Amino acid sequence: MIDWSGYIGLILQGALVTLQLTVLGSALAVVMAFTAGLARVSRFFAVRALATTYIEFFRGTSIFVQLFWVYFVLPFAGITLTPLQAGVLALGLNVGAYGAEVVRGAVKAIGREQREACIALNLTRYQSMRHIILPQALPLMLPTFCNNAIELLKGTAVVSLISLTDMTFQAQVVRAQTGNTLIPFTVILVLYFLMSWVISRSMRWLERRMTRGLDGVRA
Amino acid sequence: MPDPIIRIDNIIKRYGPLTVLDGLSMQVMPGEKLALIGPSGSGKTTILRILMTLETISGGHIEVDGAQLYHMPGNGGLVAADERYLQRMRAKIGMVFQHFNLFPHKCVLDNVTLAPMLTKGMARPVAEKRAMELLDMVGMADKAKSMPAQLSGGQKQRVAIARALALSPKIMLFDEVTSALDPELVEEVLNVMRKLASETDMTMLLVTHEMGFAHDFADRILFFDRGRIVEEGKPDDIFRHPKQERTQVFLRKIIAAGHRV
Repeated sequence: MIDWSGYIGLILQGALVTLQLTVLGSALAVVMAFTAGLARVSRFFAVRALATTYIEFFRGTSIFVQLFWVYFVLPFAGITLTPLQAGVLALGLNVGAYGAEVVRGAVKAIGREQREACIALNLTRYQSMRHIILPQALPLMLPTFCNNAIELLKGTAVVSLISLTDMTFQAQVVRAQTGNTLIPFTVILVLYFLMSWVISRSMRWLERRMTRGLDGVRA
Repeated sequence: MPDPIIRIDNIIKRYGPLTVLDGLSMQVMPGEKLALIGPSGSGKTTILRILMTLETISGGHIEVDGAQLYHMPGNGGLVAADERYLQRMRAKIGMVFQHFNLFPHKCVLDNVTLAPMLTKGMARPVAEKRAMELLDMVGMADKAKSMPAQLSGGQKQRVAIARALALSPKIMLFDEVTSALDPELVEEVLNVMRKLASETDMTMLLVTHEMGFAHDFADRILFFDRGRIVEEGKPDDIFRHPKQERTQVFLRKIIAAGHRV
């Protein structure tokens, strides 16, 4: 008879790593999404080109390859990262590239009329973006950001390949040691689902909060 | 005789192969109330948009309140105006749009106070006091805390007028401000504008299809067709005794469509 409590504890430790990766990765992704997304609508060609290059590169290559580059290839350039740092960097940059297009799309969706009102009221470009465009664009971004965050959560499983002891890694350890697949993989299945459920719930709460008083506005 | 507050000199505006304004020149005196009428596509709205710097120009010069609008001094002559220069010029001009363009995420009061606080560094209490006076003038003081979505079209437009006035522009541009309104809401907006015209010495340019209102409101009417001013004059002359055939045809069509003159 196997004593499962120790093994479950192992998986829960892994869950913490997964959680950490998700939170830090999402934080980096949000920063990258706004930086690159706003750069995409810049009036300076060089800024736009730089952002486009970043987005196309990280969307166009696999997260798996990116992770291996960050962890195994960067050291040759003198940059050595811990597995966690490498995981956060690869996930954040990858998901941030998708998020950037979400930011750009939402900003573009706030129409010409609002921009023209800003000009007529003599606001600077920065003031228009900060006070008029972004507050209206943010609620439009949230549903897709929610998708991206859940994708990122599930994407964290690839870090087990660079020996980071996340949930999936631990489940494999347990499977190897006990010969049982059903229990560890059912446990992480439920845990992944719970985590993504929390993400989607909190995003929906945020969306409701942000659109309060705005019902039926978009005519 | 004072200098004109707006001097438009040989303006050309092209959209690709299409020429919207073809060497247009006109002048507006300080305090003058001007109505721009004419068929759609005749360039009258484009003139307002150019004055608000919402468009670029393909040629010509515009002087507003003694300074070039699209050009600034530099290199021993005139160069294209930069953003900072445009900002200084825009402060002289306010605009009210056909579709109100209120900020949907801000309440009525914040819509009015936002620009004075951001562009003039006005403190919130000062800005709010002034905003309430303006909202009172347009009859919207009791809706100060409402969101735009809760207002009717006529109410939105009155708020938009207060919002533009909050920056105390010397020149106000009204671009078909009643065209998007239900017929029964037109009058409340026109009333506000009548009041504004009689109580202030602001220069006002109005693009409209409300011929009756143009007649009562304006000191001078400009009839536009195909990017040119075909005829101009006092309201009575234009509406009762138009000289140009194109003006006559246009006015006949408008009257046939049931508009009051």
